[in-house]
Amino acid sequence: MVHAILALLVCQLLGEVIVRASGVPIPGPVLGTFFMLGALAALREVPEALNAVAGVLLSHLSLLFVPAGVGVMLHVARIRTEWLPLLAALFVSTALTIAVTALVFFWVMRRMGLHEPEQHS
Amino acid sequence: MNGVQDATDNLDLLWVYLQQEPLLWLTATLGAYAIGHYLHRAAGGSPLVNSVAVAIAVLVALLVVTGTGYATYFDGAQFVHFLLGPATVLLAVPLYRNFNRVRRLLVPMLAALFVGSITAVVSAVAVAAALGASPETLRSLAPKSATTPIAMGIAEGIGGLASLTATLVIITGIIGAMIVTPLLNLLRVTDWAARGFAVGVASHGIGAARAFQVNQLAGTFAGIAMALNALLTAILVPLLVGWI
Repeated sequence: MVHAILALLVCQLLGEVIVRASGVPIPGPVLGTFFMLGALAALREVPEALNAVAGVLLSHLSLLFVPAGVGVMLHVARIRTEWLPLLAALFVSTALTIAVTALVFFWVMRRMGLHEPEQHS
Repeated sequence: MNGVQDATDNLDLLWVYLQQEPLLWLTATLGAYAIGHYLHRAAGGSPLVNSVAVAIAVLVALLVVTGTGYATYFDGAQFVHFLLGPATVLLAVPLYRNFNRVRRLLVPMLAALFVGSITAVVSAVAVAAALGASPETLRSLAPKSATTPIAMGIAEGIGGLASLTATLVIITGIIGAMIVTPLLNLLRVTDWAARGFAVGVASHGIGAARAFQVNQLAGTFAGIAMALNALLTAILVPLLVGWI
């Protein structure tokens, strides 16, 4: 377990350091994901401990957004005066983006014959 | 000094202690999420009862009632917030497991990413502008589908308010997590990769969290979509900002 957590933090740290040093506009942890992917490809398997950590953290991923979300309290005044444009924009744009992205993905996949019928359930 | 006064003093001291230590608001964050999780379950796992939204509502109410500022709250909650980084790195695990499938679907992914990313930025700004939002709000809104740290960086770069952007990003995530299942059922998109990818582009990590609840493969594609869209939004928004 210690090794798994250490590997995780080292990947993130490497990502943060490289991003800050180079000014690439991606988050350090996203770069860290690629380092971890490289390490897993070299190992050719996912170590059990890492698997356990991933199971716990990824199944409660939404908890991790709560502290940032509470920041909504800082913007009550603006949301009160501009609630209609804000909520309408967020709802319309999110729904439209989900629909358009899924349909383009599905359409291109079918045109290329990459469709997997057994997955339909 | 009488006994009642002593007790009051002690309570004051206790409150001072609790306000200084991270323990109270860390516990409150997990407790509020547990309530959200319980309500989500009690509603039969309905996506419309979102545990993040419930947790935020409970915590904001608690902070307002106790007169606690966000900075004090965040001193405790930062330990949960910090785990976002390691969790992002952990996305490599499902990504590795599904690597062959991901590689095979590279072209549909990139096509969907490009169209979806532009849609996310343009539609949000267009709707808000049509309804009379201020220029500062529009600039804060433009990167709302990218993951929080990237979106905040983009907003700052184009003259938006980074902390407002953080809030809009989270609300976008919650909306996406709530509507993705009924919306894609309605559109009859049954493929898990397509479904996950769509909610990842539109609603970043909160969308991915929802996707992982439903299906591992959907979660994997949502995680990839989140990473790719963060990158593309950072390129697109500064290019499109001339029109805002």
